[in-house]
Amino acid sequence: MIANFGLAALWLAAALAALQCLAGFAALRGEGQALAGVVRPVAVVQGALCIAAFAALLLAFVWSDLSVALVAQNSHSAKPLIFKLAGAWGNHEGSMLMWVSIMAVAGGLIALVERRLPEPTILATLGAQAFVGLGFYAFLLFSSNPFERLDPAPAQGMGLNPLLQDVGLAFHPPTLYLGYVGLSVAFSFAVGALLTRQVTPEFARVMRPWVLGAWIFLTIGITAGSYWAYYELGWGGWWFWDPVENASLMPWLAGTALLHSASVLASRDALRAWTIVLGVIAFSMSMVGTFLVRSGILTSVHAFAVDPERGTFILALLAIYIGGALALFAVRAGTVAEGERFALMSREGALVVNNVALSAILGIVLLGTLYPLVTEALGFRVSVGPPYFNPVSAVFAIPMLLVLTVGPLLRWRRDRFERVRGPVILIGIVLVAVLAAVAFFYGIGLLPMLGIALAAGIAVASFMPLRGRSLRRLPLPVWGMAISHFGIAVALFGMAADSAFTQERLIAAGVGQATEVGPWQVRLDSVRPVAGPNWTAIEGRLLAQYQGGAVYELTPQARSFWAPAQETNESALLTRWNGQLYAVLGEEAEDGRWQLRVWWKPFVTFIWYGGLLIALGGVLALIGRVTGDLRRRFARRKIAARHVDAMA
Amino acid sequence: MRLIAFLALLLAVPLAAQDSLPPAPYAYQQLADPQQEAQAQALMQTLRCLTCQSQSIVDSDAPMAGDMRHEVRTRIAAGEQPEAIRAWLVERYGDYISYAPQVSAATWPLFAIPVLLLLLAGLIVWRRLGKRA
Repeated sequence: MIANFGLAALWLAAALAALQCLAGFAALRGEGQALAGVVRPVAVVQGALCIAAFAALLLAFVWSDLSVALVAQNSHSAKPLIFKLAGAWGNHEGSMLMWVSIMAVAGGLIALVERRLPEPTILATLGAQAFVGLGFYAFLLFSSNPFERLDPAPAQGMGLNPLLQDVGLAFHPPTLYLGYVGLSVAFSFAVGALLTRQVTPEFARVMRPWVLGAWIFLTIGITAGSYWAYYELGWGGWWFWDPVENASLMPWLAGTALLHSASVLASRDALRAWTIVLGVIAFSMSMVGTFLVRSGILTSVHAFAVDPERGTFILALLAIYIGGALALFAVRAGTVAEGERFALMSREGALVVNNVALSAILGIVLLGTLYPLVTEALGFRVSVGPPYFNPVSAVFAIPMLLVLTVGPLLRWRRDRFERVRGPVILIGIVLVAVLAAVAFFYGIGLLPMLGIALAAGIAVASFMPLRGRSLRRLPLPVWGMAISHFGIAVALFGMAADSAFTQERLIAAGVGQATEVGPWQVRLDSVRPVAGPNWTAIEGRLLAQYQGGAVYELTPQARSFWAPAQETNESALLTRWNGQLYAVLGEEAEDGRWQLRVWWKPFVTFIWYGGLLIALGGVLALIGRVTGDLRRRFARRKIAARHVDAMA
Repeated sequence: MRLIAFLALLLAVPLAAQDSLPPAPYAYQQLADPQQEAQAQALMQTLRCLTCQSQSIVDSDAPMAGDMRHEVRTRIAAGEQPEAIRAWLVERYGDYISYAPQVSAATWPLFAIPVLLLLLAGLIVWRRLGKRA
């Protein structure tokens, strides 16, 4: 019953999207004006219908309505409630419904609150948003119906993979999807602005909160995903340049570039065409990411070729949207003037370097991710991994990070070096001194060495823009910028320290035996069997002592799940301010000894602290932008009211 | 008949034994010389575990990854150069095994495109900023 309701709501929403699309675009022409009035209400109702459809799916999971095929395949009546809910989006159909719902709600929100742009631009934006939405409605309704029924209904569901029953993982996909969909809004705004030839600073100011919101979610999603891989996979690595990871990194890179170019357009009316193109690219990267993860092409190109329906559908949508947007841009490029000019030595100049470098890194990640797929389709297999990605992207990242230390200090339009000489020399001294010290005291690789020196330089530089300003009156977005840039320094330091100073010890240890790793002495105290709700495990008790000081206990486990049968290593982590001790219990070796893997990873946690700081900076900037807008809106209303009073 | 059964059993023995075989000694054991171990570690991080999805042989519990770690450590201990070991593995298993693509007829775009990107980036920065100050 609930499934029928959901499906009906979804079809209705799709029909309204078609109406919204037609009416939004028709309003651009003289004779279509009559329809202009329906666009906003239709967008709001479309959003509400999608919420209803998604709620119906959630209810089907909560009630374990096994007549719904999706519930039967992914749920089990005895599962905890949180994982029943997570099961609703932990699969292809449910996650696509979630994508469409978030998109429709975003459209409804724009229709409800956005009044700053000229009305035709908003209507064209909503039309574009509905046009993108229509493709996904078609995808859902024709090839991935989440409300498909089973007759007769099975007696019990098949359950969810135990590895996926993890609270962190339950919220990982929604976080990334919010990021992807936020970028779709930026895309619609770009199309709307192009159609009505309104690529203005106001357009950038309206689009910016959406980009910022999407970027915050992407940052959090990537940071959390990286930490999950680190503790769950049991090998101490935190980034593998795996295609799935790259799928989330690419929209982030494009979003970061877009955020910076949008701020140039908003403040200075420059980089108009650039901002539009980045808006299109950012959403294309979301679609590429969705294609990589959802089409099955990553498991094997051949698996994809056997069942290509979903993949080709997404690919066709990608071609239509991106091809269409770029064609529109080509037609309109002549009418989008370049905008205000500026000197090399200016805030805009530094941001152009940021944009170009981020785009180049994006190009490299895209190339390295797709190239093995292309060659596999052609019949030979190559691998592209860290030895390629790290140095090649560093060629662009290092100049970008150097410019990052100086850029925020520069004035808009034109600046003189003499004005910033003091801070630049100070940052330079810090950079060179740290580089020399690290080179002298530690024989480490070139990239980690540069990483540590750059981290020190950026850390000092990130707070330079605050000097000589009243900290209490400083606008929130400036705080946000400083904290995000400081977060980059923190994360960079963590990455460099982890790759340069990690120490590893592999031993077959008998009970009572001790070993040393870095400043730690680790002793295997005992090994005992333990049991959980759906697994049994061998648990090792390790006693770890830091430089002869206090003793800490770690209990890594080797677990065996029985439904489905699967062995996993549960690593044990001990966090100190200056690093993490990471222990994994392996198999039993001969003569009653146990394989033990222990790492001391100095400052590895800084990677994720840095990621969180970057996101926090984004949150502060977003709060600053939104409250500023509300305050202006309130003031304008007051003035208008006073005006009416005066008239009366 | 009995003979065939006996032969079949005999043939099956290595297969049955393979699963219960203890891992090769250097799969989970480091080399005594820290410098050699570091060399081996750096090399192993750039070799793909062929039976896993997107993992290097240092990041995997798969038996094949263990055997390969043993192979690499043994050869490093015998004084072989890391790149010689990589070349030997590539010859044996194909380009797929190495995460560090080498320039070849099949991989040149991987290196040509970044160079083009670098030129393009330089051109954009120069054109936008160089001309009108």
